[in-house]
Amino acid sequence: MSNLSRRSFVKSIGATSLATAAPLAAAPLLAAADPAVSQPHPPAAHEEPLYLFFNAEEADFIEAACERLIPGDDVGPGAFQAGVPNYLDKQLGGAWGSGERLYRSGPWQQGTPSQGYQLPFTPGELFHTALRAIHAEFKDGAFKDLPAEQQDTYLKSLEAGGKDLDGVPSAVFFQMLLQMTVEGFFSDPVYGGNKDMVAWKMIGFPGAYASYYDLVDKHGVKLEREPMSLASDRHGMIHVHPNIPASL
Amino acid sequence: MVQRLKEVDVVIIGVGMVGSIVAKELAAAGYKVVGLERGQPRFTVPDFQGPAVHDELRFDIRKALMQDNTRETVTFRNHGSETALPVRRWESFLPGTGLGGSHVHWNGQTYRFQANDFELASKTRARYGAKFLSPEVTIQDWGVTYADLEPHYDRFEYLLGTSGKAGNLRGKIQPGGDPFESPRSRDYPTPPMKEHYQGALFRKAATELGLHPFPQPSSNLSQPYTNPEGVKLNACVFCGFCERYACEHYAKAVPQTIILPVLLKNPNFELRTGCQVQRINLDSTKTKATGVTYIDTAGREFEQPASLVITASFALNNVRMLLLSGIGKPYDPATGKGVVGRNYAYQTMSSVASFFDEDVIINPFMASGASGTLINDFAGDNFDHAKLGFIGGAFVGAVNTNGRPIQYHPVPPGTPAWGRGWKQAVAKHYNHTVMFSIHGSSVPQRQNHLDLDPTYKDAWGQPLLRMTFDFPQNDLKMAEYVTARAVEIGKAMGAKQVAGNPRKGPYTVTQYQTTHNTGGTVMGDDPATSVVNRYLQSWDIPNVFVIGASAFPQNASWNPTNTIGALTYWATSALKNQYLKNPGRLVSA
Repeated sequence: MSNLSRRSFVKSIGATSLATAAPLAAAPLLAAADPAVSQPHPPAAHEEPLYLFFNAEEADFIEAACERLIPGDDVGPGAFQAGVPNYLDKQLGGAWGSGERLYRSGPWQQGTPSQGYQLPFTPGELFHTALRAIHAEFKDGAFKDLPAEQQDTYLKSLEAGGKDLDGVPSAVFFQMLLQMTVEGFFSDPVYGGNKDMVAWKMIGFPGAYASYYDLVDKHGVKLEREPMSLASDRHGMIHVHPNIPASL
Repeated sequence: MVQRLKEVDVVIIGVGMVGSIVAKELAAAGYKVVGLERGQPRFTVPDFQGPAVHDELRFDIRKALMQDNTRETVTFRNHGSETALPVRRWESFLPGTGLGGSHVHWNGQTYRFQANDFELASKTRARYGAKFLSPEVTIQDWGVTYADLEPHYDRFEYLLGTSGKAGNLRGKIQPGGDPFESPRSRDYPTPPMKEHYQGALFRKAATELGLHPFPQPSSNLSQPYTNPEGVKLNACVFCGFCERYACEHYAKAVPQTIILPVLLKNPNFELRTGCQVQRINLDSTKTKATGVTYIDTAGREFEQPASLVITASFALNNVRMLLLSGIGKPYDPATGKGVVGRNYAYQTMSSVASFFDEDVIINPFMASGASGTLINDFAGDNFDHAKLGFIGGAFVGAVNTNGRPIQYHPVPPGTPAWGRGWKQAVAKHYNHTVMFSIHGSSVPQRQNHLDLDPTYKDAWGQPLLRMTFDFPQNDLKMAEYVTARAVEIGKAMGAKQVAGNPRKGPYTVTQYQTTHNTGGTVMGDDPATSVVNRYLQSWDIPNVFVIGASAFPQNASWNPTNTIGALTYWATSALKNQYLKNPGRLVSA
């Protein structure tokens, strides 16, 4: 099941609901009696994200690939449920995708590995270019429809490098995808990933808390509280010390 | 159309830590001082406040406080035979920009160098013989001694309010401090920080091995403090968002919390932000500076005449400013002649990860930028190098500063880079791992240098700085040796698995190591091997002073900030007491 993307789920549920509209209306009543029904897949909270950067084909690949990079399992939700594709979409469609803080003057030439990224593509251009080339490879069926093992094999072939994705070395694309997937998984939920702080809960990172003065020397203490997002902090929990003057 | 402004006594390029101190001292002495800062003005309130400052993506990953690569970067190559290419995004080191400079995003780790470091060439020769090192290694003495700088270290630490425990008070070893430190005239202004769990585990193991652990000196303060300028700081709350971040709590000593409130009230000082200095202007004889030319954020060009010019920017930018201005002879690695850009050095960083079972709860996010525990047993020349074939060393410490998870999710060697195996390892080890930093020295060598790039330009059309650097064999040997010692400490802690990660070559700009770039406008007693004299005055243009880590002839085993601060007070003292009373060369060439 983990190899199926959310888009596939949404589509299949949509088809089911058309055929069985009347029984679904009674579902809440059934849920209380039947534990299997009380935990539907996917959870109801997961609406289709509104993609601003990815087209439908690109989104299919990204959703499936992210979920292989960080799969959902018994340890916790994966990248897909955490909203990582939505994070990628907003980053690539925004300033970062357009080359924010990226020195973009030529001449362009391939450097040594020590010299780092030397391609003329912005991150947005790099993703569109690579994803178009990947889509062309899968003309007889989509990446998202492959079994998980075959998806992994394909991702490993990208990672290994040597494959040209219309001018983008596949290893460069893979590393950028992996880096951004980890970012989206662990960054503050305000950026559209790490939904419900699932990644922070998985490892026990408490988020944007401001003070451990009383706990830092209580060695080995187990912190039980829920994590806090930047956005959790709207209700007066601002970490300002009003008694300390800004100047003399 | 260049607008010529009214002449002032002093113009300072860069209003970071160095610029703020120099400006405060000279303005207080009655001189008219203009500070030119290329970045934005910014203050604890309203700019550094929560919750927005606790954003790992924006500050750690997107590097919001750093110099914007689209305008200015450096080019890099490992060797002179390669073509240098632009560092298109910062990774290895992170120069800051804006009022307060890189000091705003530092960690507050506040070490002194040792007496040996300032006389490294003569002391190494005396202890190990003249032929101990490869002739490619160009270490040299600083031209100042520890004894010269001690009062200035002291003054800087009291400005910052540094929290720590003395190990050597006027020659008497103090229990609980660092027994290897050179004598200090008095204890730290505030007591040590609370020790985090990683530090406590390290302390116990290091003590059992007969080593000498001590609390990391911290300029995130252990208690509220009012410094000699009358500015108040607060106690650090261990939020775990320190380096790469600005502090919201008035607990980290940065220009905004220790000196700018005083400086900005002095009518002799004028701060101008958004001013990109293009060059220091020289008169027709090329023996005297007449001021600087800068371009503001609206693109208008100004000439600011001044009697004295001080470059107080980040080390790399100090070097570039001299090269762009034609001050001093550029270094040529082929002949070994010339001085500007010579002896560029860095820091040789290694690490050890010790993995524990899940009943050992580390809470890595409960940390300040400097609340760890470390040893100096393998730093500097504190151990015999005679049979080791290298000089220098590293401090080893459990000096973890955070648990911010995009960057910090340690996994044992052999863990897959992604997929279920990776995810399970991250979940298993995140809260049960102790990290050691092995913070190593860096020797200069002949081919490592800085000059102007022949091809790539900044947003104003000026050549970028070109860095040619690879790790000297001396430093890689050092890293291997000290990392092996650190692994022994990890094992003594009782960790289930200990993974040493000694620094290996080649140097790469693709992964963060440290922002301790040094050298290029080296200080010394000989104009053939230094850019500035022992007072940081240009040998070539006596009314130009160049202050910062660019003056270090080589880099030692510790973070450079305290030594930059000491040099700043040392040079400022010479300016006030000697130069400005009678302008001219403070040392005859």
